[in-house]
Amino acid sequence: MAMMNQGRLTQRVHIDRVFHALGDPTRRAMIEKLSEGPVSVSRLAQPLDVTLAAVVQHLKILERSGLVRSEKVGRVRTCRIESEGFSVAERWIADRRLLWEARFDRLGKFLAEPD
Amino acid sequence: MKERSVTHATFVIERSYPTPPERVFSAFSDPRKKRRWFSAEKASSPEPFEMDFRVGGREHSSFRAQGVTCTNDTVYRDIVPNRRIVVAYTMTLGDRRISSSHATMEFLPSESGTELIFTEQGAFFEGADGPQIREEGWRKLLDHLAKELALLQ
Repeated sequence: MAMMNQGRLTQRVHIDRVFHALGDPTRRAMIEKLSEGPVSVSRLAQPLDVTLAAVVQHLKILERSGLVRSEKVGRVRTCRIESEGFSVAERWIADRRLLWEARFDRLGKFLAEPD
Repeated sequence: MKERSVTHATFVIERSYPTPPERVFSAFSDPRKKRRWFSAEKASSPEPFEMDFRVGGREHSSFRAQGVTCTNDTVYRDIVPNRRIVVAYTMTLGDRRISSSHATMEFLPSESGTELIFTEQGAFFEGADGPQIREEGWRKLLDHLAKELALLQ
């Protein structure tokens, strides 16, 4: 039981990291770019209006959240999307959460309409 | 360790709406209103949406996500007008039941309107993470975050 609780806590921390990682426009832009395919860090930084050092920092956060993986081959570091890192539970929570988040967004818009 | 075929999880979503609890509640209790936001489909779409809002009453709705029909079957377990709604529901993807959950919606009056607290406690079954739905989920997340961002600017 203690182990299971530990597992749940870990999942929760992981989910929090994922949502934190996605809560930044630069990191979202990086994810969007990476969803097209793997690229080098410098290519990833190119269209963004930030320094290479900043991109490296963002990359660290994305890697810690398990969303992105990078590896260095020779002098080039290549990044790719890494969604396999999620456990089944995390995937399920993320999916179901998004479904309800989208619903509650629509509810907010609906409530904002005049009666 | 062998892979289990059932996984349990809980998550909470909190939202604030600048609207009194009575009005937020009515968006859940009135089928015509609920239909407007619950499903991503346009209200004019022929997708089924039936609800019987009373304790023991049922709700049935479905939507299409990337070619797969996703169905919700809900039973209302507890209703306290303008305060709380508790439901049990299963979700089916195509012909496969993917989860059975217990969801609690609390409507708390606040100075600015209503705090909505949504808690889902779920048991989900093997293959619950349909890749199509997942992809759809991420796409929605990015869209949603982009919109939020646009609002801030």
